[in-house]
Amino acid sequence: MPEYPLEGRRFDGLVRLESAEPRGMIALRGTPEELSSALEESVGLAWPATGEAAWTGEVGALWMAPDELLLLVPQGQAQDLVERLGRSLADRHHLVADVSDMRTLLRMSGSGCRDVLAKVTPADVSPAGLSIGRVRRSRVGQVAAAIWLRDGETAEIACFRSVAHYVFDLLADAAHPEARVDYWTPQGADAQA
Amino acid sequence: MLTLRCPCCGVLADETELAPGGTAHLRREGPEASDEAFEAYMFLRDNPRGVHFERWRHAFGCGKWFHAARCTVTNEVFGTYPAQTAAPPEEVLEAIRRRRPEWER
Amino acid sequence: MSTRLGTGGSAIDRSRPVHFTFDGRRLAGLTGDTVASALLANGERVVGRSFKYHRPRGIVASGPEEPNALLGIGTGDRFEPNARATTTPLREGMALRSQNRWPSLAFDVGVVNAALSRFLPVGFYYKTFMWPRRFWESVYEPLIRQAAGLGRAPDAETRDPDRYEHFHLHVDVLVAGGGIAGLQSALAAGRAGAQVLLMEQSPHWGGRAQVDGVRIEGDPAAEWVARAVAELEAMPNVRLRLNATVVGAYDHGWMLAVEMPEPGPRERLWKIRARRTVMATGALERPLAFAGNDRPGVMLASAVRDNLMRYAVSPGDRTVLVTANDDGYRTAIALVEAGLSVPLVVDARPECNGPLPRRAREMGIRVAPGRAIAGVRWQRRITGVDVCLQAGEGSALEHVPCDAVAMAGGWSPAVHLWSHCGGRLRWDEATAAFRPDPQFPPTGADGQAAILPAGSADGHSRAVEVLASAHRAGVAGAAAAAHEGDAGQVVTAEEGAEAPALAVWRMPQSADHRLRAQTFLDFQNDVKLTDVELAAQEGYRSVEHAKRYTTLGMATDQGKLSNINGLAALSHTTGQAISAVGTTTFRPPYTPLTLATIAGQARGDLFQPVRRTPLHARHEALGAAWEPVGQWRRPYVYPKAGETVEDAVRREVLAVRSEVGILDATTLGKIIVKGPDAAQFLDMIYTGRPSTIAEGRCRYGLICNENGFLIDDGVVARLGPETWLCHTTTGGAERIHAHMEEWLQTEWWDWRVHVLNVTEQFGQIAVAGPLARNLLERLGGMDLSREALPFMHWTEGRLMDVPVRVFRISFSGELSFEIAAPAGRAGEIWDRLAQDATPYGTETMHVLRAEKGYIMIGDETDGTVIPQDLGLNWAIAKKKDDYIGKRGQMRLHMAGERWRLVGLLTPDGAVLPEGSLAVAQGTNANGQRRTQGRVTSAYWSPTLGRGIALGLVDRGPERMGETLSFLQPDGSEYRAEIVSPVFHDPEGERLNA
Repeated sequence: MPEYPLEGRRFDGLVRLESAEPRGMIALRGTPEELSSALEESVGLAWPATGEAAWTGEVGALWMAPDELLLLVPQGQAQDLVERLGRSLADRHHLVADVSDMRTLLRMSGSGCRDVLAKVTPADVSPAGLSIGRVRRSRVGQVAAAIWLRDGETAEIACFRSVAHYVFDLLADAAHPEARVDYWTPQGADAQA
Repeated sequence: MLTLRCPCCGVLADETELAPGGTAHLRREGPEASDEAFEAYMFLRDNPRGVHFERWRHAFGCGKWFHAARCTVTNEVFGTYPAQTAAPPEEVLEAIRRRRPEWER
Repeated sequence: MSTRLGTGGSAIDRSRPVHFTFDGRRLAGLTGDTVASALLANGERVVGRSFKYHRPRGIVASGPEEPNALLGIGTGDRFEPNARATTTPLREGMALRSQNRWPSLAFDVGVVNAALSRFLPVGFYYKTFMWPRRFWESVYEPLIRQAAGLGRAPDAETRDPDRYEHFHLHVDVLVAGGGIAGLQSALAAGRAGAQVLLMEQSPHWGGRAQVDGVRIEGDPAAEWVARAVAELEAMPNVRLRLNATVVGAYDHGWMLAVEMPEPGPRERLWKIRARRTVMATGALERPLAFAGNDRPGVMLASAVRDNLMRYAVSPGDRTVLVTANDDGYRTAIALVEAGLSVPLVVDARPECNGPLPRRAREMGIRVAPGRAIAGVRWQRRITGVDVCLQAGEGSALEHVPCDAVAMAGGWSPAVHLWSHCGGRLRWDEATAAFRPDPQFPPTGADGQAAILPAGSADGHSRAVEVLASAHRAGVAGAAAAAHEGDAGQVVTAEEGAEAPALAVWRMPQSADHRLRAQTFLDFQNDVKLTDVELAAQEGYRSVEHAKRYTTLGMATDQGKLSNINGLAALSHTTGQAISAVGTTTFRPPYTPLTLATIAGQARGDLFQPVRRTPLHARHEALGAAWEPVGQWRRPYVYPKAGETVEDAVRREVLAVRSEVGILDATTLGKIIVKGPDAAQFLDMIYTGRPSTIAEGRCRYGLICNENGFLIDDGVVARLGPETWLCHTTTGGAERIHAHMEEWLQTEWWDWRVHVLNVTEQFGQIAVAGPLARNLLERLGGMDLSREALPFMHWTEGRLMDVPVRVFRISFSGELSFEIAAPAGRAGEIWDRLAQDATPYGTETMHVLRAEKGYIMIGDETDGTVIPQDLGLNWAIAKKKDDYIGKRGQMRLHMAGERWRLVGLLTPDGAVLPEGSLAVAQGTNANGQRRTQGRVTSAYWSPTLGRGIALGLVDRGPERMGETLSFLQPDGSEYRAEIVSPVFHDPEGERLNA
């Protein structure tokens, strides 16, 4: 069985922090002009708007760059989708690869998500800056990460596998129960969302 | 600590999310180049007091290179634009002329 | 004696005493006290000794401008030196220690410095301790460090146990300062609809207005403040933080603030991106320059008032006020209203008939116009002042007994934030102050003013003007972020009218040398009026030079009190106007930042990310010694119980040479390059021709920069018709990926190529040694025979049902395979292999590659080495028209007499020290011994049973058999013979097995 770096790790503080359930991940490079129809056929998702994520159930297409998406699919389905995409894109200039093991997904839940994130990233995590549906690639501490909200109280963070423990430890430290900021929570999130 | 708007993903990026790349709009000199031309391409750079065109990579973001027109004295940013061009776009030049009427390329 | 009064005190809670110690003595204060007010309430007026003369010093101010009252606070791991008593809240059990005194605060041997003060003029250190030069380190510096300085650094063994963190914020309007100006700005910006953050450095809203008797909208200021705070707290778009000081303004509206949350982490550093910052930072009162103005018990008039009104602390029973403005009279009036005695107001102005002086006189306070202080009498405490004419030279007219002096020298706007990022100041003769020059503001990314001054920070002194300017700033800040809602009305305010102030820079006007030599400008750095004069006479006429020569304004208070008086003195001595002298530039931070605050969470295990391979836990279980490689941790060697590192490396090397070993090679970079133009692209990136690699095969490739220098190497595999997989060095993964993206995006953007860095998708294991194939075949699933997978080929399939790619490549010189499996499944394969193979680490890998003469990027290369230097001409496609680095390598100095790769062997088998230089005859232009080569890698070779080394030697390959001399720093010498760099299996028979 595949091993995951954060298997079984959990921290409860200003937020709950845990490893998100494993998902298949696919890197898809190419322009929307070349690839969007194949994407729609294969996963039923339109090419997401700049800086946004498109979701249908647990399948997501995350905008990473003008010519790059990260597809999230249920665990075990990545290889099959890579092959299907490869076939339907055979005559298109593209690059598709199963990168399920390359990144680790963390989940943060609770009303303190924005406060905890603000401690570790220079990105604007205000309700206006990080709205639900937006994907923000930035820094978390000293490493690269992508951050998105599933709802007002759930954030997901993708980072490279090798630094998963660093990111978890950093966020857990930031979520220390005695380190409340109460900037975006509790009244802030409600009032400004 | 600058903030620059990445023209490729629209994010207003903190300088710590960016990697600097020096002067923009250099023309590569290959094996046929004279010693002088190669030296100029590799080593000789203007250090203007005022308007400067420079390269940045949104390294902790979308990974794309872009150009910025910035005043080296005040850090005013006249515009940012994608790197796939040999010269600054007209709207950026227009913005510079509006703010720095005396400026000449 | 300073003491606590029986009634009053807006900030204290008399029902809740707080116990603390000061130099071991047990004292008590009240909840709400600052450390300073608590010390004063206990009659502690001497709180430290000065930096240079060790003069006793007391509390002068009531805010962050305090120069004297720096204490050591806490014990053990929580000891903090140089904490400002005036801004540190008193806490139960606090242990306070005075600083810079020895052996005790009352008796200090350093006072001898004061007796010698005429021999310790300004620049004394520069003039005296320069010669003889060798004395500096051994004699002068230790002596000076013992005698001078501030608090002691915490013990090196202590570990700060507290939490520190950062907080990033993007906001429309940041308001710095929570006085009435800041509150009004926040109200205006908030009502207009902007996202607003208001920060106040103290634990209280409202600032000075409440202490100064201002009425706003007809009510006492405190009532308006409470209403304003309530309205702001109800606004969803406004946030308020007390105990938070905005300390720095930087480019593009980047602002730093330090919060001391209560409760919470010890300190929180706010990194704020503010579209606009309203600078409502108020003003700082200036001391007056008279003889003895540094005596404990001489305080700023505003500080006397603050202590009285907020903490019910009186500085003394009989306080003489010395002033040059009407504002100072508020202190005299407040003291008398509190039942204390003010025997005299010394007013430098010839006429003082404004409403406040009139009221003081009506209360029976004697006012002496046109007078100055000629001296402060001192016998372990202030016993009185001598009064003279301000216009004269200082002959005493009368002696007035007193035990405290309040001085009111006028107000300087706190313009620091304006200056931090390029805003200019203008000298305003009317208010005798530097004010923000609206023509030259600090600008943001949009080229517009990033900071909007408001209130007394903008030079306004009347409450009504303060509020109006604050309202304007708030509206303007919101408008800059496109919030134009109704900001409400400007509020009205009333306060007593004030007659014009007089700018008094010295007392008396023509003070003689004796008085000027006792007149202190910078209390913390012990700079006197005569010091500035001497500096000017010696030619330090520029304010920046005079500052550095005298150290005026260079102490931890950064000249908040001394700056203006100092440059007024310079102006006077040099005969230039103050506007011509100008001011030194205020630099961030406004108040000192602790290193822990700057570090934030980045301490201990979070200091730096540690990258772990998917096999990390297994290495840990095997007891690996770690080697940091960039941010990765790689096993260096796996010592077994009782083994030294050397023993373990020897065992691992011999295992690979004779049986089979396994290495975690996960960290090597893996980059997929794909597209119709990928072939052409890779032929530009690499010196060779990856385009000609056949599908299923691999080839070693070199990458140079445009300068021609070698920057990376690795094996390139062709995966498909238009797809390649490029391996990089461990350190090269991100760098080479970025290099490729840069060329694709910025030079050849019309080439149809995609690259993807998949380094972390795979766990990669090298299996090396004569038994490698046997072992892998036992795993089952793939045909890895010599015929099926020859050297420099790759294949894919399933090993133990794990999908893998297997590369038949070698970095050890042995029969070797590298297996790439999905990172989450590499462990299964490792576990099986480890049953029969010897795990080996990076040190063994290095020894193995050095025995084969394989180069290592970073060892044999240093950024000035071209592939030709390393005998790698075979990896360069000479007929290719172009590749990155080709033109650079065509330059004249890239051919001919260069240092080139060779092997080096000592006659006795000793290991050459790495980095050793081979000396040549003669000296270079700098008179240094010439060199002709250096050792780039050196190891003990267990295979050969002797030391081996690789090195770069001038024309080395042409000089086989010559012996070189490697001189060591200790004078000893190694000799070594130039040999081939391939020490083991030069025919490559084992490799091709």
